[in-house]
Amino acid sequence: MSTVMAAAESSASRRGLARLRSTGPAGIASAAVIAVATFAAAFGPLLAPYDPDLPNLSLSWVGPAGGHLLGYDFEGRDVLSRLVAGAQSSMLGPLVVVILSVTAGTLLAVTAAWRRGVSDTAISSGLNIVFAFPGILLAVLAAAIFGAGLPAAAIALSIAYLPYVARVLRGAALKERGQPYVAALEVQGASATAICLRHVVPNIGPLIVAQATILFGYAMVDLAAISYLGLGVQPPTANWGVMISENKDGLLLGHPLPAVAAGLCIVIVVIAVNVLGERLFEQARAVRG
Amino acid sequence: MSDPIAPGTLASAGAAAGLPLLDVAGLTVLLEVNGARRAALRDVSLTLRPGEAVGLVGESGSGKSMTARAIGRLLPPGAEVHGSIRFGGTEIGQLAGADLRRYRSQMAMIFQGPRAHINPVRRIGDFMTEALRTNHEVPRAQARRRAVDMLAQVGIEDGARRLQQYPHQMSGGMLQRVMIAAALLTEPRLLLADEPTTALDVTTQAEVMAILDGLRRRSGLAMLFITHDLELAAAICDRTAVMYAGQIVEVRASSLLHSDPLHPYTAALATARPDITQTTRRLRAIPGRPLSPFETPPGECAFAARCPHAGDVCRAAEPGLVELDGGVSRCARVHELRGQLQATSDG
Amino acid sequence: MRGRFVARRLVLLVASLLVASFVIFAALYLAPGTPLAALSGGQPLPPGSAQVLEQRYHLNESFLAQYWYWLDNALHGNLGISITLRENVSTLIASRIWTTAGLVLYASVIIVVLGIGLGIVSGLRSGPLDTSVLVVTAVSAAIPAFVAAIALIMVFAVKLGWFPALGNGTGFLSNVRHFTLPAVALAGASLAIVARVTRAAVRAEGDREHVQTAVSRGIPARYVIQRHILRNAAIPITTITGITIASLIAVAAVVEVAFSLNGLGAYLVQAAESKDIAVVQGISLLLVTAFVVVNLLTDLICAALDPRLAHRDSPR
Repeated sequence: MSTVMAAAESSASRRGLARLRSTGPAGIASAAVIAVATFAAAFGPLLAPYDPDLPNLSLSWVGPAGGHLLGYDFEGRDVLSRLVAGAQSSMLGPLVVVILSVTAGTLLAVTAAWRRGVSDTAISSGLNIVFAFPGILLAVLAAAIFGAGLPAAAIALSIAYLPYVARVLRGAALKERGQPYVAALEVQGASATAICLRHVVPNIGPLIVAQATILFGYAMVDLAAISYLGLGVQPPTANWGVMISENKDGLLLGHPLPAVAAGLCIVIVVIAVNVLGERLFEQARAVRG
Repeated sequence: MSDPIAPGTLASAGAAAGLPLLDVAGLTVLLEVNGARRAALRDVSLTLRPGEAVGLVGESGSGKSMTARAIGRLLPPGAEVHGSIRFGGTEIGQLAGADLRRYRSQMAMIFQGPRAHINPVRRIGDFMTEALRTNHEVPRAQARRRAVDMLAQVGIEDGARRLQQYPHQMSGGMLQRVMIAAALLTEPRLLLADEPTTALDVTTQAEVMAILDGLRRRSGLAMLFITHDLELAAAICDRTAVMYAGQIVEVRASSLLHSDPLHPYTAALATARPDITQTTRRLRAIPGRPLSPFETPPGECAFAARCPHAGDVCRAAEPGLVELDGGVSRCARVHELRGQLQATSDG
Repeated sequence: MRGRFVARRLVLLVASLLVASFVIFAALYLAPGTPLAALSGGQPLPPGSAQVLEQRYHLNESFLAQYWYWLDNALHGNLGISITLRENVSTLIASRIWTTAGLVLYASVIIVVLGIGLGIVSGLRSGPLDTSVLVVTAVSAAIPAFVAAIALIMVFAVKLGWFPALGNGTGFLSNVRHFTLPAVALAGASLAIVARVTRAAVRAEGDREHVQTAVSRGIPARYVIQRHILRNAAIPITTITGITIASLIAVAAVVEVAFSLNGLGAYLVQAAESKDIAVVQGISLLLVTAFVVVNLLTDLICAALDPRLAHRDSPR
């Protein structure tokens, strides 16, 4: 039994790898970039060559020298170390947003598509209300009420993204629900939950993954913006958005490197996520036909 | 429009005049498919006299639509064209700019699936009068009046109201009539009809065919009628050409197609269609599947693999076109098989 | 037919705004602690002012009654008083609204002219221009506004000195100069998206069968492009442009902070930091209204362009 399950699991990961490989060189390169960023996020504080949090004002704004490849920031901290350590909060926030909104979005979309009728109208109307709130605005509102911080901002963004995710997935779930095999399963007496969990959701799986990937990019940009505004991750915690805000005076003082380096990190990861997400979308569309 | 003329008069008149309106000779079209150049049409030759209706019959992938597009200069960019297509004596392959547009205004095309071929965000009136106003400089009011008249001729009575409508407010059958009316408005000399009734239900099909046939005869228009339905083509066309795997395999007077076909494929097509007036115990399908032009084995007859009469001569070399009895055949054994190919049904 | 469509959308708009305003209002109650504490921004109140606040905000009455008073006031232009600046919120908003509006308008013009323009040009013909548009937009679509801001400040303000890095400027021409870099930063990523979608829409329309019909009739190329390709592609182009412009309303806040512009967005952020709830509510209400209205206008324009949408309810 365990060998069968092991074989099934390894075949699933092989399928996943095969799907990745078929996204082409751009897709693979993007996945590699994301993997590097994730690695840094997971082990950041251990990997940083120097202490990312220790200020030393006598070294502020000093350029690259010795082992400090990117120089020092406005408080004399090593920029490279701070970037590596900052990967944690910069990647974790979007990850939480994506998990929350995709999970809730899938749930709502499949429920609305399955039940149709009143449930569908109710869910769709509710989501239409949330459509009225742009992500950043909701996050600012949350910061005003609950105080600045990553959790409030992440939850606010998850709520703001819900309608977009749910709309895409609802369409796909409706299409899936109309397939003959679903009717066949119903006739055989399978319960609605079983059909949804074991058949509908896995079949729209590629679309969910593609949507989640693209959403990660949006969440990263929005969260970095909120941290930049001072309403998300709070300094002195290392975070790419915070670093841009902290070091922005350097632009006018002739020391642009810290802010620019942090900005580049954001841009590179977002490009990678967008490229991979677009490829995954095409794949999902090709499979569904 | 001209007075009703007895059918057949035009054909003989055309034959007397001698000069074909459309003369396709040795047309070969190569397309880029998955990085390789492949033949979509091979050595297609066809003539149409003024006022004559010729059917072009074949299964999907036989090249009949491609032929129509080649004549209409609508091939995809990157297509390589060899051979010649002459319209009214002029080679149209190299035409460009104003000359090309002039050719296009003398040649009208109607397409399968009218809804996709009419701009959904513009009114019917715009669609119908566009060519008149743009190419023939007919003032708008006059163009609209002619459009209303033509709509009446295709059986749409409240033309003025219809001109104000949008395509999504009309049914498929009605849209196809609109397309026919629009095509005839510019008084073309040649009509290319690419499966105009395939996307319609059977009743509408019959209505539209009747309208098309009647209008064509009254206006003395030459027509190349493309379809997969052998019977349909034979019903309204004077001559019928049959295509297989990108080649013409037979051209014959429609009346002789069933009684004396000149190619085994034609006979098989005719037999394969169940006849409503007779009982059949078994439906006869042609064994194998239709080949696309680039799948045919070189150096032999394209149909040999599926042909019940295939012989050694058929597999030895690609057969050329043979003229006989007023028709054309690409069967290497046509002389031997004469008289044995008529459509039979299982008794 | 069209009238019914418009009426229905307007009703949806009002309903949507009502619910949104309710959510914004209820924010007061979501805050930890009593509403009184939230209103005072967590600062200790001098004696007597607690009663004044209770009276002004009807804190002793039911939740719904309070909502009604608040909404009624808001609709009459009274959005309360800022705790931190001790002025009418409406006055504070009025002095800043033109900065934000000007910024968003400037960015919108850039998006429409450059985004749609580049998209059309690269959609209609292939070649080096098309490839470069694709590459540039792929990169700039990933650059968030505040990152673009630092790049622009570095290059154009500090190194080249063509544009100022901070502030609003005085007088119209000076305003335009001061707002150029912010508008470009704000427009950047959106411009890339609009250009890409426009290009895709133009290409897709060019492949459609009805375009073949027009070509087969000998209609000259320029008319085919105008009347059939562009006219039809206008629908998805309008949709994406409308959505993008609506999203500018929120992102403007970030750009205002980056360039030290005295706009609503920057003020909203300040108010959120200092927990000046009344200001946050007032500006949020305004921004949400603008957002929803822009989306509605987009829908209406699309319906005007696409007769199939407006006729959905009418008989054949």
